[in-house]
Amino acid sequence: MSTQPPAPPPSPQRGGPSDDVPVLAAVDLRKHFPVRGFRSQQVVHAVDDVNLELHRGRVVALVGESGSGKSTIARLLAQLMPATGGQILLHGEDARVKNRRGFRRYVRRVQMIFQDPFGSLNPIHTIRYTLTRSVKIHQGNLRGKELEAALTQLLERVQLTPPSRYIDKFPHELSGGQRQRVAIARALAADPEVLLADEPISMLDVSIRLGILNLLRDLRDRLQIAILYITHDIASARYFADRTMVMYAGRVVETGDSESVTQDPKHPYTQLLVRSAPDPDDLDARARGARGEAPSLVRPPTGCRFNPRCPFANELCRTEVPPLLAVGEGREAACWGYADRGDRPELGELLDVYGDRPAVDVSVIEALDATVPGPRKGDDR
Amino acid sequence: MSAVPELQRAARPAHDPVLEIKNLSVDYGYDDPTHVLRQVSLNLNRGEVLGLAGESGCGKSTLAYAATRLLPPPGLITGGQVLFTDRDGTQSDILAMNDSDLRASRWQDMAIVFQGAMNSLNPVFRIGRQIADGIQAHKPGISKKEALERAGELLDMVGISADRLRDYPHQLSGGMRQRVMIAMALALDPQVLIMDEPTTALDVVMQRQIVEQIAELRERLGFSVIFITHDVSLLIEIADRIAIMYAGEIVEDASSQDVYRRPRHPYADGLLHSFPPLRGPRRELGGIPGSPPDMSKLPTGCPFRDRCEFAWDACAAITPELTGTAVAGDDPRRTVACLRHTPDLVQAAGFEPKPVPERLALR
Repeated sequence: MSTQPPAPPPSPQRGGPSDDVPVLAAVDLRKHFPVRGFRSQQVVHAVDDVNLELHRGRVVALVGESGSGKSTIARLLAQLMPATGGQILLHGEDARVKNRRGFRRYVRRVQMIFQDPFGSLNPIHTIRYTLTRSVKIHQGNLRGKELEAALTQLLERVQLTPPSRYIDKFPHELSGGQRQRVAIARALAADPEVLLADEPISMLDVSIRLGILNLLRDLRDRLQIAILYITHDIASARYFADRTMVMYAGRVVETGDSESVTQDPKHPYTQLLVRSAPDPDDLDARARGARGEAPSLVRPPTGCRFNPRCPFANELCRTEVPPLLAVGEGREAACWGYADRGDRPELGELLDVYGDRPAVDVSVIEALDATVPGPRKGDDR
Repeated sequence: MSAVPELQRAARPAHDPVLEIKNLSVDYGYDDPTHVLRQVSLNLNRGEVLGLAGESGCGKSTLAYAATRLLPPPGLITGGQVLFTDRDGTQSDILAMNDSDLRASRWQDMAIVFQGAMNSLNPVFRIGRQIADGIQAHKPGISKKEALERAGELLDMVGISADRLRDYPHQLSGGMRQRVMIAMALALDPQVLIMDEPTTALDVVMQRQIVEQIAELRERLGFSVIFITHDVSLLIEIADRIAIMYAGEIVEDASSQDVYRRPRHPYADGLLHSFPPLRGPRRELGGIPGSPPDMSKLPTGCPFRDRCEFAWDACAAITPELTGTAVAGDDPRRTVACLRHTPDLVQAAGFEPKPVPERLALR
């Protein structure tokens, strides 16, 4: 499947001045966590030099394995912890909060949804209480009918209808998907411009995951919210996000529109990721025999952080950090293979390196098949 | 087209069951029990990879634990048989074994890789000792040195260098710990390996490494695998046969290619359309409307009918049974629990039978 469909279907570039300035942007964002221990000088390089822009009514997916720093970025953007370096810009202005009041002002515009709807709702309070708190904090001291109308509207927005059936329930009386909807409703009470969704579906049952994604997409279209969608599932990023950023070991390795990143990955790590995901339609093109694991972030490898696992790495990759290089329209990849330099590594086809089938002699199997009586299952045409 | 991978093609002759689960029923609780498994029957053939799929809470782990008698209270096995056939043909009912036989049989005949296996290693002992412990418990004659040597071989088998024997679990990464657990499960050369969500906590790249490792080891050692997961697309790739569970019952049991290309139960079909594809056209997907039923107050009739677009009035009255399909030309061994496939049963109960919907009758 090499043909690339044109630009992602939903919400193509809209004109207008407000679209040029991202709602929320991170510039050279960096977070190092100190390593505990006596006189320890070491730090974990959780996030390094990440640039990211969230636009109105657009979804950006942040894809990476666990420990690649994607949740750290969400927490930095939500200002739940201070960044080590870099800037967070809200509508182009520095948005670093200095005190509680500033933080409140900030969270009114940037809300977060957490992974675990079982842990993020207080079990001893009803849905009414949880949502009322949020409404009163962000929309002022509503009472009586006004409050009731606000709560009803929130629950209807997340498709928990009729609201009267859910409003007086406790979290334990709801299913995982319903709880996640309540968590989204709570975030919407602030009428935010940005929603940071940290793995919003990975704790949910498979059959209801798409319902939540479709709800978030609907909110994006109707309320023009900018959404950062964090996930480890690159297929769901393709389904839901306009743009996809792939992270590896604390750095962004590839960005671009979701369709081209998933269909024609440029960075060797993205290729490995796409080729490793289970895909029953394309069993032949799976990366087999790949070895290695993400590096320690206390002492990350010099140069490209993927170089110890990369089959194409050369001396340049081991010494210098690759910048994000343009590899197509609106696409960038942090790989020296796309640089315009004499000492760049030669990129090959990942499947040639990893596509080897397990060493099974096919003739033996065919001989075995011939001896097997009875109907053969799944005759492969 | 050679899309069927080697491990599927290498399937051994059918009807050589190593494990037969017959009418297994499990309740949770004593006074007002929840019927978590209701008369579940399932066969595992020798050398086969059987996938067990379903949403959380549908009873897939319960089935595995009940079949090995590892079910913790308040789980209670209320009926059924689990017949294990040894390599020499002797058959024994695991549910009827006495404690010492059971103790000897565990790990030796059937081994389990537990859910969240990465956290089931003891953090205060070196991994070599933890593997050797199991070997020594089952082979009293073996010396500590020999057991450690064997542990080293096992680590080598799963792709970890033997000098990691003296490491503590925290010195290994998640994927390595998972592979240590697999090595431990294979220590006594079991005939059945039950893997309860072995790759759920891992990243896709590591997941692929582990899955390949299992396939390769199975090729070499010839054990059978029950692979429990909710990731159907992974199962289609690695399993020979897939059993799909819903609300404590098996609703479809067929070869993995049949499940993927020709699902017969509406739930199996819905589950397959709950995963956005990585390739092909981008289309709107809806998942399955509603949520899984509360097992403590299951409705009468088909447990899936509230979420099923093909349900009609008969579904509320008759509980479907696992039978052959009503689509001509299907594999005679595949079974499905849906009233659309049993017109006789519907007729006998006084309802108008309905044909199998077109979408579920693909050839």
